[in-house]
Amino acid sequence: MDKKNSLTLLILTVCLVVFPFIVTNTYYISTMVFVGINGIIAIGLSLLMGCAGQISIGHAAFFGLGAYTSAVLTAKLGFHPWCAFFLGILLSSCIALIIGIPSLKLKGHYLAMATLGFGEITYIVFNELTDITGGPSGIGGIPKIYLAGYAMNTDIKYYFFVWAFLLLILTLSLNLIHSRIGRALRSIHDSEVAANAMGVNTSKLKIQVFMISAVFGSVAGSLYTHYVTFVSPSSFGLFFSILLVMMVVIGGMHSVWGALIGAALLTILPEFLRALKDFEIFVYGAVLLLIMIFLPRGLIGGLEYLFNRLIKKV
Amino acid sequence: MPLYSQIIQYVLSGITIGSVYAIIALGFNIIYNSTSIINFAQGEFVMLGGLTMIFFTVMLKFPLVIGFPLTVLVLTLIGIIMERFTISPIKKPTVVTLIIVTIAVSILFKGVAMLVWGKDTHFLPPFSGEKGIAFMGASLNPQYIWVVGITVVVVVLLSIFFKYTIIGKAMTACAVNRTAASLMGINVKRMVLLSFALSAAIGGIAGIIIAPITLMAYDNGAMLGLKGFGAAVLGGLGNFYGAIFAGLLLGVMESLGAGLIHSGYKDAIALLVLLLVLFIKPSGIFGVTEVSGFKKF
Amino acid sequence: MDNVILHASKIKKTFGGLVAVSDLDFTVREGRIKAIIGPNGAGKTTVFNLITGILQPTGGEIQFQGNSITRLKSYRISSLGISRTFQNVQLFSNMSVIENVMIGRHPRTSSGIMSSILSLPKKRKEEKEVRKRAMEYLEFVGLGDRFDESPENLPFGKQRLLEIARAMATEPRLLLLDEPASGLNTKETQNLARLITEIRGRGITILLVEHDMELVMGISDEIMVLNSGQKIAEGLPREIQENDEVIKAYLGEA
Repeated sequence: MDKKNSLTLLILTVCLVVFPFIVTNTYYISTMVFVGINGIIAIGLSLLMGCAGQISIGHAAFFGLGAYTSAVLTAKLGFHPWCAFFLGILLSSCIALIIGIPSLKLKGHYLAMATLGFGEITYIVFNELTDITGGPSGIGGIPKIYLAGYAMNTDIKYYFFVWAFLLLILTLSLNLIHSRIGRALRSIHDSEVAANAMGVNTSKLKIQVFMISAVFGSVAGSLYTHYVTFVSPSSFGLFFSILLVMMVVIGGMHSVWGALIGAALLTILPEFLRALKDFEIFVYGAVLLLIMIFLPRGLIGGLEYLFNRLIKKV
Repeated sequence: MPLYSQIIQYVLSGITIGSVYAIIALGFNIIYNSTSIINFAQGEFVMLGGLTMIFFTVMLKFPLVIGFPLTVLVLTLIGIIMERFTISPIKKPTVVTLIIVTIAVSILFKGVAMLVWGKDTHFLPPFSGEKGIAFMGASLNPQYIWVVGITVVVVVLLSIFFKYTIIGKAMTACAVNRTAASLMGINVKRMVLLSFALSAAIGGIAGIIIAPITLMAYDNGAMLGLKGFGAAVLGGLGNFYGAIFAGLLLGVMESLGAGLIHSGYKDAIALLVLLLVLFIKPSGIFGVTEVSGFKKF
Repeated sequence: MDNVILHASKIKKTFGGLVAVSDLDFTVREGRIKAIIGPNGAGKTTVFNLITGILQPTGGEIQFQGNSITRLKSYRISSLGISRTFQNVQLFSNMSVIENVMIGRHPRTSSGIMSSILSLPKKRKEEKEVRKRAMEYLEFVGLGDRFDESPENLPFGKQRLLEIARAMATEPRLLLLDEPASGLNTKETQNLARLITEIRGRGITILLVEHDMELVMGISDEIMVLNSGQKIAEGLPREIQENDEVIKAYLGEA
């Protein structure tokens, strides 16, 4: 990781630590917990889409797999939450492997369709496998997770818990991007043929990064489950998959920071728009449209542009 | 009802819904061919078509023969407005940007539809009553005949348009090679505009004919769009006859799966078949791998 | 000097009904510069794509240093020691010039996912080494001062040189150059000729597809002429220049 990223990471950490001391309203803290959860999946998806250039419109499935593994194993079978957490990761990465091998041979819109189909099938299974998942009514009564003996049972505790995870995942992702593997992933984005001809095993790398992003999704899912203590299929459908893609693109595909900004915007914006009642969906669509038309490189692209102009003036 | 008649019944309703998927898939293809993007707002055209028709014929009590062309006209305008205000202004379009733009537009359309028609599900009376016609032991809903009949008309008109008219041929030329087409003096930008207009119009037709069967609400667009996209991909993106075949196939499989296996899994079955086809043939049933390689994602 | 490094026997490639390469036999000997010439559509680039595993041959066999590489994946062939450039330059436009060359070091380095994610000391040491080696290759082709730019900012001729540097970074035994002089001016082409001989001087065998006859005749040890996917002549530059069939099929058309 270079100096610029380390510094930004440090500033972010400081802001995150200070935030709950300035803003004490639990509603805002709770919203930030969701920003963190969505941010974790968006960062994973950004590695897949922004870095390796492979789209997935089915990532809600991995979020759901993590969430349901944690929910079923802890609430119904009495597993230890951390045990369920890691089993969720295992399950998600196995499924990512099985789905990834045939899917990632597809290109462009065909890959989009395949991942979308996978996401929808998973969603339907969550709905229909009533004996295990509880069907549309979901699973409740999920226990809280403990960290070193402390129950993560308040918004503020969970805030620190989730954001610690996010910072860890962000650091690991930045390390990955600035490495031999990250470079190879970016080469796939630009020209798969040339990457192969330079000795990059593109098929294997694509599957690996797909699995990493699935793991991040599963982690976020488990964190979500133990926060809201209730899961039902409606949180893991196509709408959420598309929302995740939008977080990555609206934030700025070329950087994991963009994914984080996108996750923040698309999590917080609906909370503000809720006051608009019937106009909510309309305004939401309009905001997204305007960002995409005027900032094709996403919010982070716009920020970079402003920053560079500022530096030039100084 | 004996199993034999039941199967006939499922196939009939499968062909009907499949025809609608086929029209929606054609809408995807028309835009894909001229711009190489997937218009994720295609399903919203269908939803808007259905609801606009309901507005004209149910609320304003216009007769069908007036409501139908008026609705198609309104949808054509919506397609033109969409292209002018959201696709055309983008300076450096990449495929992912355009996908997100069309998704944003689809959310916008949904928002508008909710403001205009509310959250209720609306009913459009069938074009010629509801009395079933006996057919090989099954009961044939007359609206099914309307759906299939109008689909056939749309398909025939479109193929005449693309094969025998100057504008249609110019659009086909853009699909084959944009640069060459523009060198031949074809105004590519106008073709893009036209493709959106045409696509919205036939999306609207799909909405009009399906509304009496499935009813219509502001949030019905996404699922219909998804099925149409599935059919377009399954047939091989950009392939005219592939889309029709795949649309019908998806419709029939879905209907048989729902009836014979389990209704909850009906979408899963259709999607599973779609995935398997893609895994075996990565560019759809009629797609050519070399061609799909040219259209850069 | 006379060891065969690449041997193709009866290789064939069809696209649907179209025959691009038909029953082609040829050998490339170690340490030589061999050129493939022929009119457009003769199948030259297809031969390159078959050797590098980008396309799978419909029939026939290709051996590299005595081992069959016919069914191997492209990346495996590259790590065995065959590298290439592309006719339509295929640089990684989202990366800097030096990062493009660093990709070439991929098959010669080994940091995996885990050491990358955790940024282990081994990885950091390797990264430094990779950067250093990449810089050497950039300096070799004369692009050392532009290492931090975007490849899209380079003039076309320099982009071709960058592709050569990237290919060299994989430490190939055999280097395939696909029309390296196309789009270059006279001075750049002379510079390229010198560079190619210098690469051969490092013990790297070169297979070249090129339209610029002056360059081909000037540096090649041996020339093979293709027409409609078939070999119509093979020999020393002088022999090819005097071959009637070549003049008829190729020079006559050009």
